[in-house]
Amino acid sequence: MDNLNIDGGFPLLSFLIFLPLAGAMVLLLYRKETFARFWTLFITSVTALCSLRILSRFNTGSSEYQLMEQHAWIPSLKIQYVIGIDGISVLLVMLTTIIMPLCVLASWRYIKTRITAFMVCLLVMETSMLGVFMALDFVLFYVLWEFMLIPMYMLIAIWGGPRKVYASIKFFLYTLAGSVLLLVAIIALSLKNNGSFYIPDMMWNASYGDTFQILVFLAFALAFAIKVPMFPFHTWLPAAHVEAPTAGSVILASVLLKMGTYGFLRFCLPITPYAASFLAPYLLWLSIAGIIYGGFTALAQHDMKKLIAYSSVGHMGFVTLGIFVFNVHGVEGAILQMINHGVTTGALFLCVGMIYERTHSRELRSATGLGKYMPWYATFLTFFALSSFGFPGTNSFIGEFLIIAGAFDHSIALALACIPGAVLAAAYMLRMLQKIVWGGTDNPDQSHLNDLGLREIVTLTPFLIFVFWIGLGPQPFLDLIHTSVGDLLTQFNSWEQQQHVAQLLLR
Amino acid sequence: MAILPELILLIAAVAFFVLSIFPQKEKDALSSTAIFFGCATVVASLVNHNSQAVLFAGSYMVDGFSQFFKLVMSFGLVAVLVMGRRMKDIEESVRPEYYMFLFLSTLGLMMLVSSIELIAIFVALELSSFALYLLVPMRNDQNGLRAQMEAGIKYILFGVVATGFMLYGMSYIFGLTGTTYLKEIAVIYPQVSSQPAAIFATLMVLAGFMFKLAVAPMHFWVPDIYEGASNETTGFIATLPKLGAVALLIRLINLLVPAGETFLIDFMVVAAVCSMFYGNLCALVQKDIKRMLGFSGIAHAGFVMVALLTLDVVGYSNAIFYITGYVFMNLACFLVINTVSQKGENLMVDDLKGLYKRQPVLAFIMMLSFFALAGIPPFTGFIGKFFILASALAKDHLYLVIMAAINTAIAIYYYLSVVKAAYTDASEERPMVELDGLTKFVGLALVLVIVFMGVFPAVVLDMANAAVSSVASM
Repeated sequence: MDNLNIDGGFPLLSFLIFLPLAGAMVLLLYRKETFARFWTLFITSVTALCSLRILSRFNTGSSEYQLMEQHAWIPSLKIQYVIGIDGISVLLVMLTTIIMPLCVLASWRYIKTRITAFMVCLLVMETSMLGVFMALDFVLFYVLWEFMLIPMYMLIAIWGGPRKVYASIKFFLYTLAGSVLLLVAIIALSLKNNGSFYIPDMMWNASYGDTFQILVFLAFALAFAIKVPMFPFHTWLPAAHVEAPTAGSVILASVLLKMGTYGFLRFCLPITPYAASFLAPYLLWLSIAGIIYGGFTALAQHDMKKLIAYSSVGHMGFVTLGIFVFNVHGVEGAILQMINHGVTTGALFLCVGMIYERTHSRELRSATGLGKYMPWYATFLTFFALSSFGFPGTNSFIGEFLIIAGAFDHSIALALACIPGAVLAAAYMLRMLQKIVWGGTDNPDQSHLNDLGLREIVTLTPFLIFVFWIGLGPQPFLDLIHTSVGDLLTQFNSWEQQQHVAQLLLR
Repeated sequence: MAILPELILLIAAVAFFVLSIFPQKEKDALSSTAIFFGCATVVASLVNHNSQAVLFAGSYMVDGFSQFFKLVMSFGLVAVLVMGRRMKDIEESVRPEYYMFLFLSTLGLMMLVSSIELIAIFVALELSSFALYLLVPMRNDQNGLRAQMEAGIKYILFGVVATGFMLYGMSYIFGLTGTTYLKEIAVIYPQVSSQPAAIFATLMVLAGFMFKLAVAPMHFWVPDIYEGASNETTGFIATLPKLGAVALLIRLINLLVPAGETFLIDFMVVAAVCSMFYGNLCALVQKDIKRMLGFSGIAHAGFVMVALLTLDVVGYSNAIFYITGYVFMNLACFLVINTVSQKGENLMVDDLKGLYKRQPVLAFIMMLSFFALAGIPPFTGFIGKFFILASALAKDHLYLVIMAAINTAIAIYYYLSVVKAAYTDASEERPMVELDGLTKFVGLALVLVIVFMGVFPAVVLDMANAAVSSVASM
């Protein structure tokens, strides 16, 4: 616990975590529906505004955990309430806080029943998501990681589409089953560290044996790979995405999926470096498989939500690819791509939700030819679709470019293998775009549809701003993450060299 | 007055005995009296929380350990009395007797946790068990199948056989040590504990209490009796006796199982794994909620065994924490079952369909307690499980811990199916459910306890630690 960097000032991070929870408590007591909408919008907006304070207090030159707070929680087991952020988590925290008010706006009319309960779920979700990204104690992390399943399950199971029962139970079982062994690994790690659950204590610990590392890594990887989701574990994702209400899909795509990749970066690399480099080839090729598979499957979809869900599998494949090439370009690209995916895919789900509110169908066929009657909508959709396949000038281009550059550094075969994925992305996105905006000669009659209202434009505009901001001037974002990533990789490389030297000495 | 809670329970039992002679006119008077006595017991347990005394020629000890259990039991008793006060499925003529036996059974359990002498243990256990055996057949015969009779006779036969095992084991212990006082046994037993006769005796004695806790291989009575007994009675059987069983298992394992005894530890490992798998796999296919909770209880008992087999103070206090949390979670579940059931009939999972619309507060209580039973944070079920896994892994029971973790994943399915029925299925014209103020208050209080124990476990864990330390130092 030598690198404690307790921030004595206002406990900003705790405030961000507990404000939504307090808001949810108020809603439990006062359940009027109109009030619930405005109150939730107010609470999430305040959270978003306050989170901007993080940026001014965050020191981009330091790779340490910042804004830390520490309190004893369960003293007899050395479990603490300790939170803090560094370059790896700061952007994800910001992404979460900024996306939540937009989710509330998107659900303004979409949710028609049990509105108060829905808003409570959203607020509780925000608390646990922020907590996951900030937690520096493994038990705290695990508690929030698992707890999140309950509100997410509720979001899908109560307000979901026709197959909500199947989708919600599959989501819950899949994610829970994946993370039970994570708990065992956490306990095993703490036993190796004198019972401490403080995450930085567990990192770069030379006393772990190789087998131990591999077992721990596998337990971690199962939990995180299901959450990402990586290729063979992705089957819960399309079901959950398709059935979830719009806000649920956006949260799922923008934030929940990031937790898997965040877990890989935060835990797998520093805690089990040997196992990470030993097993990296398998994960890299699984990522490639995910990219190609996601692309081809998305190409064949008739349901827009399914199409975007499968495109997520492909995009998240790029992220894991970037993480496991272990160089600065790759990892920075991966973090940036997490944010990009959150912005772009979140926005695309919002777009699909807006059609669904009007036509009550997610079928691509019934949405053809909308461009003529909904020009504003078509404009937004075009930019987001371009961003989704990494068109230069948009955010995803920067992310994918960095990742592919990193992959070239690592291995040319690998980089070449992921190129078809980028092409496929253009193919399925342009196909969707063409059908929605123009369609063919047999378009259904769309003349009764209204174009976007003010609320919807307000919802989509922030996404568009970030699409271009990251696309044209990514430097401020990269500055935030650069030091931490550099430090992580320096430690990783020096650790590898040490192992190498130790092996030579042993001979 | 170190035994004030016990005395109040005795007075209550006698009072209901007197009441049973006179015909009843006022309908609510009985249940109000019972709840009054229950609350008085809670107050007495709170007052006596820190008492210390040795009574009755050294066979009865009031210490931190026993008082902790008595406190939890008295809270549980009040919850059972409140949830069952409509007595939906108990014939009116036997209601005073029903309360009498309920109080006698609780009295037996409270005496059990204080007894430190083999004969006293036996007498206390029988007092609580025989009162329970009689509660089971007191159900109204609604569908004419006389299922409650079957359940009652099964319970008494299995129970008596299990007690017989225990008594046989106790006779061996007496033969080996020449005394029935646990304190003296603790001095002599280590010298003989490696003898086959001693191991046999230990197994026999443990079997008696494993029956109460429903650990495999002594679990087989659970489903039929849960199903056959009325909802109120099952709510009692599923909760308070488990506290007594865990208390005595801690006392006896601490006394009778030496640290290096691999055979007994292996036996407990096998018992724990079998209970968890059997309970969870069987619960997957249950339609009747009480049966499902019965099987889930077997699985939870397996978890308690995981804590007990670590044979150290940490493990024991984890077991206490876990079973305390389990009792509150189960009470919350049974509160919902009792209230939703219209005439006291058994509930199928399907009967909970659309509960969210029919009674949102009950649905909320049920969702929370089922997620808590499933071990989802931040509720007590999770943190209890976490403590147990941590202490077992610290003792190098890696495979056991992995098995237990896998069981958590299996169990979630059936708990989730109940939540699903309540929250996502349409109610299909099932009637609304009425919820009166007192039941609502108790239900929400139980939920608060479940959340509090999950978020601030240190409070109860410290109490459990203090309780265990007085046993370990004996």
